[in-house]
Amino acid sequence: MPRERTYQTEAIILRRRNWGEADRILTLFTPQRGKIRVRAVGVRKPASRKAGHLELFHRATVFLARGRDFDIVTQAETVESFSRLRDDLVRSAAASYAAELLDRLAPEELENQDAYRLIVQTLEALCTDGNIALALRCYDLKLLDSMGYRPELSLCTVGGEAIQAEDQFFSPARGGVVCPRCANRTEGRYPVSLTALKVLRHIQRSPLADAFRLRVRTATLDELEPVLQHYIQYLLESPLRSRKYFSEVSRMQGGGEV
Amino acid sequence: MTLPKPVSRLIEEFQRLPGIGPKTASRLAYHLLRVPEEQASTLGQLLLDLRAQTRFCSVCFNITDTATDPCAVCRDPQRDGSLLCVVEAPLDVQAIEHSQGFKGRYHVLHGAISPVEGIGPENLKICELVERVRVGEIREVILATNPSMEGEATAMYIHRQLQGLPVRVTRLARGLPVGGDLEYADETTLFRAIEGRSEM
Ligand SMILES: [Zn+2]
Ligand SMILES: [Zn+2]
Repeated sequence: MPRERTYQTEAIILRRRNWGEADRILTLFTPQRGKIRVRAVGVRKPASRKAGHLELFHRATVFLARGRDFDIVTQAETVESFSRLRDDLVRSAAASYAAELLDRLAPEELENQDAYRLIVQTLEALCTDGNIALALRCYDLKLLDSMGYRPELSLCTVGGEAIQAEDQFFSPARGGVVCPRCANRTEGRYPVSLTALKVLRHIQRSPLADAFRLRVRTATLDELEPVLQHYIQYLLESPLRSRKYFSEVSRMQGGGEV
Repeated sequence: MTLPKPVSRLIEEFQRLPGIGPKTASRLAYHLLRVPEEQASTLGQLLLDLRAQTRFCSVCFNITDTATDPCAVCRDPQRDGSLLCVVEAPLDVQAIEHSQGFKGRYHVLHGAISPVEGIGPENLKICELVERVRVGEIREVILATNPSMEGEATAMYIHRQLQGLPVRVTRLARGLPVGGDLEYADETTLFRAIEGRSEM
């Protein structure tokens, strides 16, 4: 892409923190430039016309001017505000989780249109009455896939043989399933039931919109969560901060919803 | 040209302050070189006192001087102890005081929930707030966190934590521009937002 002085892009606002007196540094995820960090000048002042458009998790069209350290936001226009997130604690926590996972997995300035579509569709799903926990697990799997960490769910990652219809194990280090026979000689593996594995495979194969609508029992989703988190934590080398917060507010909500 | 170390170091430090760029930083440093000795040393002493002689009020967590704990607002018998306004930062207390629309007391959280930035509920003065409501004479808690995603989440979280306690929980009226900071809101808008607060 030619280095023009100004450009415009669509973006999801993944992170933001205060900078200087009234500015903010934003982490954006864009379709063509992937993850970028930009500076929004004066947005903490109520008179700012940009402020309302640069809220966390908004999908916005952003106009930028090249700057020395950070590109500067000159104008912004909301495309989708996902306003339900503002009124619902569990949904906003789920959005935090989605944003943090993308921020942590995505390298700076690397185009990834699949990941962009994925975060948009997931934020949209979080604003419907659908199952929040299922939406996050679908997002986990699809995002891992788009970042080049697709878990192997059909062949044993130790012996290479096809997986049989029985309970299995998952190895974060090997990035996939380990059969019961190879499990004894594999360190750091976690059990995964046949039912849970089938759900994982089904999500992996289905288009996202279909995956969001799957009927999955709460107990199965509860089993998938730690399996995927062990893998994610292994890749990131540290836990996601939003994970703990999300489970806390889900419990506060009475465990329902999920 | 290399500047004498005391000058260049001061310029560096000034530049780390909010709203100060390299030009202003140099201007300030050179200005201080010219002012009377006494003015410069007063400034130096005040900077030291700022940290050495202030602390957080043990009741509301606003800033107070070390000799006055609880702070002046918490001690003032004229203030309505049944009304508690919860804000993100000490500067928000300043803004609300200027609006003259509030005669109760405060509770400063020192931030808003922002898990991606590593700020969870446990990093804020939320437990202390719940405890204050549990034991105290408080009848109404006004959640005056910023009208942002983080501020809304913080308000909802606190609302949950206060459920079951005999207290009315209200939120500032919408009308404060979304995404802006409370500390920058003008007095009239802030006054109206407090007046028009509603049950959560
Ligand atoms: Zn095997
Ligand atoms: Zn106090």
